[in-house]
Amino acid sequence: MKSSILKDSEETGKQFDEFLDNVSGAGVLFGEATDDYFEGDLEAFEKKRDKMNDLEHRGDALRRTLEHLLYTKTLVPESRGDVMELLENMDALLDHYKAVIWRFDIEHPDIPPEFHDDFRELIVSGVNAVESTVLSCKAFFREIDEACNHMHKVIFWETEGDIVSTRLQKRIFRNESLRLSHKRHIRDFAKFIEKIGDEAEDVIDRLSIYIIKRVM
Amino acid sequence: MFLFFLSSGLFLGWSLGANDAANVFGTAVGSRMITFKRAAVLCSVFVILGAVISGAGTSDTIGKLGTVNALAGAFIVALAAAISVYIMTVIGYPVSTSQGIIGAIIGWNLFTGTLIDYTSLTKIVSSWVACPILAAIFSIILYKLVVICIKTFNVRMFKLDTLTRYGLIIAGIFGAYSLGANNIANVMGVFVPVSPFRDISVMGIFSLTSAQQLFFIGGIAIAIGIITYSKRVMMTVGTGIMKISPVSAFVTVWAHSIVLFLFASQGLERFLISHGLPSIPLVPVSSSQAIVGAVIGIGLLKGGKGIRWKTVRGISVGWVTTPLLAALISFISLFFFQNVFQQQIYKPVEYIVSAEAIERIENKGIPANELKGMLGNKFPSAVQFNNALKECSFLRHDDTNFIMESTEHYKMKITDTGIRSLDAEWFTEEQIKVLEKLEGQVFIHKWMMEEALAGISPSWRIKKDDKLFNRRLKGKIAHIHDLFHASEFFMR
Repeated sequence: MKSSILKDSEETGKQFDEFLDNVSGAGVLFGEATDDYFEGDLEAFEKKRDKMNDLEHRGDALRRTLEHLLYTKTLVPESRGDVMELLENMDALLDHYKAVIWRFDIEHPDIPPEFHDDFRELIVSGVNAVESTVLSCKAFFREIDEACNHMHKVIFWETEGDIVSTRLQKRIFRNESLRLSHKRHIRDFAKFIEKIGDEAEDVIDRLSIYIIKRVM
Repeated sequence: MFLFFLSSGLFLGWSLGANDAANVFGTAVGSRMITFKRAAVLCSVFVILGAVISGAGTSDTIGKLGTVNALAGAFIVALAAAISVYIMTVIGYPVSTSQGIIGAIIGWNLFTGTLIDYTSLTKIVSSWVACPILAAIFSIILYKLVVICIKTFNVRMFKLDTLTRYGLIIAGIFGAYSLGANNIANVMGVFVPVSPFRDISVMGIFSLTSAQQLFFIGGIAIAIGIITYSKRVMMTVGTGIMKISPVSAFVTVWAHSIVLFLFASQGLERFLISHGLPSIPLVPVSSSQAIVGAVIGIGLLKGGKGIRWKTVRGISVGWVTTPLLAALISFISLFFFQNVFQQQIYKPVEYIVSAEAIERIENKGIPANELKGMLGNKFPSAVQFNNALKECSFLRHDDTNFIMESTEHYKMKITDTGIRSLDAEWFTEEQIKVLEKLEGQVFIHKWMMEEALAGISPSWRIKKDDKLFNRRLKGKIAHIHDLFHASEFFMR
């Protein structure tokens, strides 16, 4: 029979993995859902929107359980504050995915096909940035030296996202067939998606400080 | 009456539990890796076990430093140590009972004119310097090893958290056992020569010597100190004095425990001696010194910037002040106890240069020509006899000790009443028969009676490889010394 300390610790480790896998899974779903939207398959899009909702709820539940475990079982007392912050920041990324999907669903932006590829590219940059953040976090818990190998990729994808977003916004505003209100609506979406990469970058900036604190 | 006098030792035990337990589990509880309840239970149990099972080694050294041979004297010595530790704790210096008790015994020695065994004193004081240095070295080595292990086995954060918790529990248990084994001598050591207890057998499974019974009581006092008062100190050690990570806490507690164990283990001493290696003296060292040394070790390893040297200086001053303060309190209290309360705080020990003693000294190969000139002389105290011996320039320090032991005047008469009062369960039939054969005989030195007994039967002889038998035999001999010494007084 395993003692309660060992059980709590193993359980927490598994739940952390599950939480991070959830964030990673949400990225894949986010890509698929936006693809469905661009292709006009609204039925499939709505299904994925609901799935995203479920993932977000599951993420929230896991975060609460983990926070509860960390405090009641006094796990990793010296890094608890950092781990809690990391959890909340990762959860915010998941929330951002969901918020983008819901904005698509509520506002139904009319994005001309000529911008779809740029949007797809912007989405891929954001998802990749988040994916690298997830890998950095996993390394933080497992093999701290490995974390840096993923963290620089986050910066790369965030920069890529900035480039694509700037290019896309220029193209939007230089298009003479669109009304200004239309242009601003599409631009808002581009900026909202671009923020995913920015937030991922903020997470790894804090993560690098947690790593310095943990390195003995 | 004995229990009343023992109360000062129990007070000392309580303060040991309240303060020194923090060195063992403080960092673990302070960093919330282990709950106080769990730490208190584990610490109490293992302190008692350490005291009873392995407490004998260091108490022998304390005994050598000065045999406090009267109960009231032992009471004052323990009280002086407890008060000095208490005062230093109130002022805020982390000190140990080791320094208090040694200072208090020196105070007793000075007051009673008993000879201070400078060999033992030097051994103890040098161990106080060696202890933090050794702890620092151990913590540096252990820390390096732990870091290599963590990197090699790629231990993940939560697994490391679990392993650290287990490590802290095991280190704490080991530390508590070592603390009990090493420091019980501080609490109960001075009462051992005046203990009224006899060896007892517990349901025929194992037996407890008189000293072990005393150590058990002292262990309980320490445990009460841990349960009632150590929480605050543990929180201070764990969070207030220094901020160290759980892994560092684990390393420091291990280094501390290893050092305490090294200075308390009779088994290790035997092993080193049997392999021709230099042995570590069995002396009661300070657990505070060990933990401070271990933390400084980690601090130095990390570049030394995190160490608050001002605090370290303050602690060092406390280590020097405590024994001096204890000696002073002991000396003044003994004066009051003797002159105001009319209590016997020591039994005067006389020395007589008898023909038998000279013969024994000569047989040992020590030139005794100058001693022959003193034949029949009596010396009222060890200091006076020692001064007389100093004039015999050819004597070495070891020779002096042997001469003192051979000439100690302790008149005993073996009487029928005394023999009949012996417990038949404690003394064997054979041993009692030997005593009956010697009935009516008078001895003026302790060794004479021991030689007479050993000459008649092996049941009174030291056995080469039976440490337990020898320890029990020592207890029995001490008992009959007292018994027939008293009989001798009745005869007068």
